[in-house]
Amino acid sequence: MREEIIVRVGAKFLAPFIIMFALYVHFHGDYSPGGGFQAGVILAAAFALLALVYGLEAVQRVLPLWFTRMCAALGVLIFAGVGVVTMLLGHNYLGYNALAADPTHPEHGQHYGILLVELGVLVTVFGVMVTVFYHFAGRGRRDP
Amino acid sequence: MSIVVDIVLFTLLGATGFALLKVRNLFAVVMLAGIYSLLSAGLFTVMDAVDVAFTEAAVGAGISTVLFLGALALAGHHEHRPGHTPLLPLVVVVVTGGALVYGTMDMPGFGHPENPVHHHVADHYLEESYDEIGIPNVVTSVLASYRGYDTMGETTVVFAAAVGVMLLLSGARRARSRASPAEGGESAGGPERPRNDSAAGAGKGDE
Amino acid sequence: MRLDLFVSHYNYWVVIFLMMVGFYILISRGNLIKKIVGLNVFQTAVFMLYISMGKITGGTPPILVNPKGAGEGHNGAEAGPNGAEAGLGGTEALQEPAAEVVYSNPLPHVLILTAIVVGIATTSLGLALAVRIKEAYGTMEEDEINRIEAETEAAE
Repeated sequence: MREEIIVRVGAKFLAPFIIMFALYVHFHGDYSPGGGFQAGVILAAAFALLALVYGLEAVQRVLPLWFTRMCAALGVLIFAGVGVVTMLLGHNYLGYNALAADPTHPEHGQHYGILLVELGVLVTVFGVMVTVFYHFAGRGRRDP
Repeated sequence: MSIVVDIVLFTLLGATGFALLKVRNLFAVVMLAGIYSLLSAGLFTVMDAVDVAFTEAAVGAGISTVLFLGALALAGHHEHRPGHTPLLPLVVVVVTGGALVYGTMDMPGFGHPENPVHHHVADHYLEESYDEIGIPNVVTSVLASYRGYDTMGETTVVFAAAVGVMLLLSGARRARSRASPAEGGESAGGPERPRNDSAAGAGKGDE
Repeated sequence: MRLDLFVSHYNYWVVIFLMMVGFYILISRGNLIKKIVGLNVFQTAVFMLYISMGKITGGTPPILVNPKGAGEGHNGAEAGPNGAEAGLGGTEALQEPAAEVVYSNPLPHVLILTAIVVGIATTSLGLALAVRIKEAYGTMEEDEINRIEAETEAAE
C-alpha cells in the first residue's frame, strides 16, 4: 500500500485524530462510555494503521519495540503500585479512599485512584496490543 | 421498537455465524469474523452495554482482524476439506444445543426488571456508587474500584499473554528437524533468545 | 409456540445457536486458524448471553443521568447523549430526569468488558502458536500434523 497516495494521505490525516480520540475516551471515561481498555486498543489501532500503510520500520522508528514492551510491564506496575501506595497509607490494598487529600471527602481519593488505575490499564493494553502486532507483522521480515 | 432491532440484528448474526461455518477461504472467514464482531457491537448498544460495544468494536473489528490477517500472511490462507465425515461432531453439537435450549425454558424472560440478576449487588452499585465513588459512569466505578482486584488480574493476564507471544514469535524461524525434543527444550529454556533478537530489532529501528 | 415465549427467549436461542456453531467449527474443522475463529464465535456468544441477562426493557445505559449534588451539573449534560441512544425508554426518562430512570444492570457489562480484552490477548497467543506450528510442520491441518508425527515416530 506504500504507493497508494490516497491511502497514505488518509492514514496520515486520520492517525492524530484517532490518537486524540483515544485520549478523550480515556480521560472522559468517568463521565461517558470509555476507559483504559478501550483507549488502549484504539491507541494501538492508530499505530497499526500507520504500520499497515507506511511499513513496520517507519512506525518502529517512532515507537520502538523496547518501548512498547516496557509499556506492557509498566502498566501492571502502575496498577499494582497504586495498591501498594494505598496500603502504605494505612488502608486496604487498592482502597483508593487513602488517596484523598481531605479525609472528609473520600470520593476524591476514589477519583484519583480510578484515574491512576485506568492509566495503568491503558499503558498495559496499548503496550501489549502493539507488541503483539509488531511480532506478527515483523515475523516474516527478519529472516536471513 | 428496540426489540425489533434486537431480533433483526440477532438474525443477521446467526446468518453470519452460519456463513463462517461454510466458507473455506480463510481471508473471507477473517472478514466475516470482523462483520460478526461489528454486528455484536451493534447488539451490545441496543442492549444498553455501551462500554462493551465500544470495546468490541475496537477489539473485534479492529485489532483482532489485523492480527488474524498477520497470522494468515505467515501461515497461508487455504483450508483443506475435512477428511472425515462430520457426523459425530454434528450429533454432539445437536445434543448439547438441545440440552441448552431445554435449559433456557426455565430462564426468566429477556428484559424483565424482576429478574434475579438485577437484585443482588447491582442495586447497590446503581444507588450508592455516586455517593461512594463520585463518578456517574457506574461501569467505570465498578470496574476500577469495586472490582479493582478483578481488573488487576485481567491486566496481568493480558500482560502474560503478550509475554507468551513474545516468547513464541521472537526466535528465528526454523523448520522442524529430527531432534524435536531438543527444540522444545531450547525454546522453553532460552529466555535470552527473544531478548537478543528484539534488541537487534530495536537497534535497527533507531538507525 | 407462543409469541411471547419466542420474543422473551429469542436472544437465548440465537446465542445457543452461535455457541453451537462455534463449537462445531472447533471440533469438526482441522485447520488451526479456523478453530481459533470458532473459539472466538463461541466466546462472543457467551458475551451476548451475559449482556442479554443484564438488559432491562426500557432501561438506559448505566451512566447516571442526574446524579445527586447540583454542584456537578455538567455530569447530567454529559450523560444525556448516551442515555438518548437507549431507545424509547431512555428518551422518556430524560424528559423527567429526577423521576425514576431505569438503568440496565452494570455488573455483566464490567465482567464482559474485561473478558473481551483478555479474549483478544489469548487469541493472539493461540495465533502465535498456530504460526509456530505452521513453521515447524509446514502445515496447519490437524490430520497432516498427526500423519507427520506418526511418520517421525515410525522412522525413529
